[in-house]
Amino acid sequence: MTKLIIDGQEIDVPDHYTILQACEAAGAEIPRFCFHERLSIAGNCRMCLVQVVGGPPKPVASCAMGVKDLRPGRDGTPPMVNTKTEFVKNAREGVMEFLLINHPLDCPICDQGGECDLQDQAMAYGVSGSRFKENKRAVEDKYIGPLVKTIMNRCIQCTRCIRFVTEVAGVPDLGAIGRGEDMEITTYLETAMGSELQGNVIDLCPVGALTSRPYAYQARPWELTKTETIDVMDAVGSNIRVDVRGREVMRVMPRLNEAVNEEWISDKTRFIWDGLKTQRLDRPYVRENGRLRPATWREAFATIATKVKATKKERIAAIGGDLASAEELFALKDLMHRLGVASVDCRQDGAPLDPALGRASYTFNPTIAGIEEADAILIIGANPRWDAAVLNARIRKAYVHNGTKVGLIGERLDLTYPHQYLGAGPSTLSDLGSFREVLEKAEKPIIMVGGAALARDDAEAVLAEAAKLADAVGAVSADWNGFGILHTAAARVGGLDVGCLPGEGGRTTREILASAGSEDVIFLLGADEIASDALEAPFVVYIGTHGDRGAHKADVILPGAAYTEKQGTWVNLEGRPQRGYRAAFPPGEAREDWAILRALSAELGAQLPYDSLAALTRAMVAAVPVLGEVDRVVPADPAGVGRLAARGGVMDSAPFVNPIEVFHLTNPITRASKVMAECARLLEERASPAQAAE
Amino acid sequence: MLNDQDRIFTNLYGFEDWGLEAARGRGQWDGTKGFIDQGRDWLIEQLKASGLRGRGGAGFPTGLKMSFMPKGEEGRPHYLVVNADESEPGTCKDREIMRHDPQLLIEGCLLACRAMDSHHCYIYVRGEYIREREHLEAAVRQAYDAKLIGKNNVHGWDCDIVVHHGAGAYICGEETALLESLEGKKGMPRLKPPFPANMGLYGAPTTVNNVETISVIPDILRRGATWFADLGRPNNVGTKLFCISGHVEKPCTVEEEMGITFRELVEKHCGGVRGGWDNLLAVIPGGSSVPLIPHWECDDLYMDFDTLRDKKSGLGTAAVIVMDKSTDIIKAISRLSYFYKHESCGQCTPCREGTGWMWRVMERMVEGRADPREIDQLLSVTKQVEGHTICALGDAAAWPIQGLIRHFRPEMEKRIASFSANHVAPAPMAAE
Repeated sequence: MTKLIIDGQEIDVPDHYTILQACEAAGAEIPRFCFHERLSIAGNCRMCLVQVVGGPPKPVASCAMGVKDLRPGRDGTPPMVNTKTEFVKNAREGVMEFLLINHPLDCPICDQGGECDLQDQAMAYGVSGSRFKENKRAVEDKYIGPLVKTIMNRCIQCTRCIRFVTEVAGVPDLGAIGRGEDMEITTYLETAMGSELQGNVIDLCPVGALTSRPYAYQARPWELTKTETIDVMDAVGSNIRVDVRGREVMRVMPRLNEAVNEEWISDKTRFIWDGLKTQRLDRPYVRENGRLRPATWREAFATIATKVKATKKERIAAIGGDLASAEELFALKDLMHRLGVASVDCRQDGAPLDPALGRASYTFNPTIAGIEEADAILIIGANPRWDAAVLNARIRKAYVHNGTKVGLIGERLDLTYPHQYLGAGPSTLSDLGSFREVLEKAEKPIIMVGGAALARDDAEAVLAEAAKLADAVGAVSADWNGFGILHTAAARVGGLDVGCLPGEGGRTTREILASAGSEDVIFLLGADEIASDALEAPFVVYIGTHGDRGAHKADVILPGAAYTEKQGTWVNLEGRPQRGYRAAFPPGEAREDWAILRALSAELGAQLPYDSLAALTRAMVAAVPVLGEVDRVVPADPAGVGRLAARGGVMDSAPFVNPIEVFHLTNPITRASKVMAECARLLEERASPAQAAE
Repeated sequence: MLNDQDRIFTNLYGFEDWGLEAARGRGQWDGTKGFIDQGRDWLIEQLKASGLRGRGGAGFPTGLKMSFMPKGEEGRPHYLVVNADESEPGTCKDREIMRHDPQLLIEGCLLACRAMDSHHCYIYVRGEYIREREHLEAAVRQAYDAKLIGKNNVHGWDCDIVVHHGAGAYICGEETALLESLEGKKGMPRLKPPFPANMGLYGAPTTVNNVETISVIPDILRRGATWFADLGRPNNVGTKLFCISGHVEKPCTVEEEMGITFRELVEKHCGGVRGGWDNLLAVIPGGSSVPLIPHWECDDLYMDFDTLRDKKSGLGTAAVIVMDKSTDIIKAISRLSYFYKHESCGQCTPCREGTGWMWRVMERMVEGRADPREIDQLLSVTKQVEGHTICALGDAAAWPIQGLIRHFRPEMEKRIASFSANHVAPAPMAAE
């Protein structure tokens, strides 16, 4: 601990603190632009200048100076730092004036207006007038992709964006060219940035130089109603804030959660909101003579009831989708159970995960924050960069800070950090070469199994092999469980927790689809990621939000609510139940999915015993107590991994193929989004660049 | 006045050959092994006793600087980096050493390496110095061939010397920017602390020294620290290369005793100020970064660190820029402002924004198209830049203007008055 006196107040802070941290600990506010807790220290904005008494007669950049570098006074008194003297005030006013002389001061037309660091700090630390009589600098705007809009006149060269893209996102796409006052931030050749996390530079930019392109000129921050909820674009369960004006979602912002997403979110999470407005199902439809026609709820329910009553229980099935909340999957399972239907499944990809083996067998046991402690990570059949972009940033962080070694089995990938490529298929699992030693020597190794390994016919065998490996290299012990499934669907762990799975004699997703005939009735709860050809013959009831794959094959469409329009519990890949809240209302006649299921149950003569979502949640938590542990990860009994290993089977030699073909198009909402379509197009272009004719 | 036998740079003008044999003939590489065998502490003691101060501009005691290097190698290599990025306007001393007496530098490198337990030395040569680099590289090769340096050399201290050619940015003469550039990154100064002696090149302890500083070390050791300390004035000892340019009859680079008066320097070596002593207007005594000194303070001006500091200027690199009364002093300083605006790296705010602002105001001052109030404003802008930046470029950009305002304010006011007498301010127009 180091003692120092800040503004006359003595304080004891840890040795590794910077003066800025120490000042904050002492309650003194220090303005800053370039400094950011999660990025390296640049010390270039000079806004955080403070006075160190007894040091050189110059102000000191507090963000860059450690408290242990301060010298105590001559008589042994602790070093003194002043943050409120005239000296400091003058220094700050000077720096602020410099920042503003070439800043366009176009706040009235700037999207950052109202939430701008420069605006706020100019009010607090600047002077009211300007002495600058020359022409202001003009900087050309750069194209850096379809997501981030640049107005480079406003840039104050703090380089936060460059540091984020280089350090956290791990791509070399953004940099500065020119020097002196001609220094400009650019992607060099003005190509789109190639990171899945690039949207975060919008939040990082302390001014309006980098703003959200889709959100440009759409709304002002003070007009928006802000709702804190949970993202469903991937299984990470990023904490988000949905900003709504009227009925419309205007933007999605990250929330701070150190255990999950820190303060980053992926581009899919951030820019998905235009997909919430297009292709929406806003009224029920019924298929008549091969064509869907608008119908009333009553008609739709009556059609379903007639069909269900005429169908044998064995020929009825239900598939839960990737975006559904745990409550909905619980209600779906409950409804089917009451109807005597055993064929229920929430695993659209057909992964052979079974809650009967224990929770450790299907969650990401090391936890996302735990990745930072890991010293070796084996990735089996996954592309964390696409499957869980924010989680991939954690792996990169572990690599950067701890030199964590990473091995990869599956497709060859650019993961943004160096890794050892071990092989393409399951056979590599038994022959890891030198990486096996790395895993064995590691104190906290992680074995991560992803979608490419799970959505295969031999997945059970691959899982068993991976679990065996985890056990063999000591990844599973009393105080560390390094075995984890890298889910890609937000609903999956919740669905497995509530047991939305085939009952006695029931069929799995694959069996349902394989055996589907004209005598079948299939309920789809937002299930669109399945082979839709199999849905031609059966009578399909689609409960969902978008006119996507499932709705196209449906005989009855019941319009549901998207994740921003309903309350519910989502369990992320770690097994952390998190509550999402309604930010807007569903469009038209669309209703919340649980209410649809509840109403339908009455029509089908199997009324569900809950009349409110609260009652449903209570019933669900009563059945699955772990879901009541909101925002917490209850460590699962590691024996589950052993039970997984005890299963077996024969592994195929086919290489792993990642199921996500395009990062930006993974669910009905993304497929309805223009922004995502543009990103997907650019991604394809990047993969196969156009060649000049010669 | 320096006696001929006290000169260190005996081939400063290239009258003799610069090769190794000729250098040996001039006494170089004589007794080097003996100095190295004395060990690190003795070397540093000698340098401290000699009172040698860094010749790159700041004048920090060299022996003290070298003693900051950690003892022993403790796993990390130590680096000596020689700053041959001589870019300060007006300065042309290091190039003479590299062109005409490169062995002095190389011998100095070996000795300095010994003094800081280092086996690796990089010489960072300014981008524009082509011939200098060629000579230096050839000289390094000769020294390698003669086993004077390198592994298993005759001196018993392994020392590899690498000549690195910069790309020609002024800021790379700043020691930490130089290290960044040497590492292959953009030449932008680093934050200090940590200082290079602790975390320098590739994160290892590093000392950066000027070419001249390193080149005088062998002779200090050969002739003794007392010899060196007896030259010059107290605390400002030894010989120094002065580069006199501008309005003198014969501009030159000359080795002289520290603390020679300006008048003696100019009249003895340069044939006097153009048009006579009374035609002197001002002098910039230490390269473009230091404030000018007006002619009325030049009569008994000792050219050394402390005197010039007391005059609120500095010896800097001892690049003496002489200006006679034909000079438009405001324009001269404005040109320097343009230089600093052009060379600012753009990393930190006050320098990036301030250098451009100061230059633009200076341009108007040249014409007189300004308000008398703006002189004070300009002064306050220079104060806002000075001391608020990561490196000293901000200070260097501010000082010449401060010097101008301090000494030639009436000149500026006159310019403004004559401009406004001849120009009617346009009537303000409403924006439409």
